[in-house]
Amino acid sequence: MSQNLSTENSLQLSSQDLEKDSKIQFGFWVYIMTDCVLFASLFATYAVLHTSTFGGTSGQQLFNMHNVLAETLLLLTSSFTCGLGILAARAKDKQKVILWLLATFLLGLAFLALELTEFRHLYVDGNGWTRSAFLSAFYTLVGTHGLHITIGLIWICTMAARVYNAGLTKTNARQLTLLSIFWHFLDIVWIFIFTIVYLMGALGK
Amino acid sequence: MSKQSKVSTTTNEGTLGMYVSGFVLSIALTLAAYTLVVKRTVSVNLTIFIILTLAVIQFLVQMFFFLHLGRETKPRWKLFVLIFMITIVLIIVIGSIWIMNNLNYRMTPDQMNTYLNNQGGGF
Repeated sequence: MSQNLSTENSLQLSSQDLEKDSKIQFGFWVYIMTDCVLFASLFATYAVLHTSTFGGTSGQQLFNMHNVLAETLLLLTSSFTCGLGILAARAKDKQKVILWLLATFLLGLAFLALELTEFRHLYVDGNGWTRSAFLSAFYTLVGTHGLHITIGLIWICTMAARVYNAGLTKTNARQLTLLSIFWHFLDIVWIFIFTIVYLMGALGK
Repeated sequence: MSKQSKVSTTTNEGTLGMYVSGFVLSIALTLAAYTLVVKRTVSVNLTIFIILTLAVIQFLVQMFFFLHLGRETKPRWKLFVLIFMITIVLIIVIGSIWIMNNLNYRMTPDQMNTYLNNQGGGF
């Protein structure tokens, strides 16, 4: 009987737990929304300054569209694998959770590697952040997103280690949900960077 | 059993089908916008209008399928905060573009320098 009770306690969430979970999720959601406002101010800066190239090259000549499409698809797939990780967590499949977190991590790392390669190419060709107002705004906007991705990658690592060590406890399951919200949000911000910075840049607007 | 079903409805998380449809739709929308820009089949202004619309659709798709916003039970606080955020974002972005374009339109660089010099500043 006591055995039965303890398994029930660890596997099923009480209504108190659910209320706590939804409060924590809501708090995190509010943080995500304020982060959106941060990105909005960077987008506004970019929109105002993107024609101020100070005689230098514009985005139309600078951006490598194949690279950008690859980045977008990598991030999109990592968002999907992150979702699969959440489903695995709900099915209490610890190994699958770690596997999907690892897949998400590798896809995110590949995205970051492509982005840093792009930055390095731009910098080596004399298009660093001090070249023009356009490039300052570009590096600030895309770099801030890249910084969020880096933080997300560190979080994925620590999350995977915690699930590996302690299993899918209530705290870990809760943290995993927050991580997935954060990661999906980064993908959503990237849609707008992809459209406004790269696609509209390629059109010369 | 009844407890189980209660749990699954209140922890508004998606199903495999939701994640797969969100993923497929997002890929399709991304590729559509990309091909439109690379192939240049329609005029530039129309392309910009279409790709911005596709971005907004993809935003809604991911909000619904990945972040499960439509599954929130009343009171929908997350939705309220989201709408408030979108309002602020639109004010910041559209307001900045409007003000700065207006300044650009009304002032030549010469006027700008004279103005700044009169203010005791300037470059």
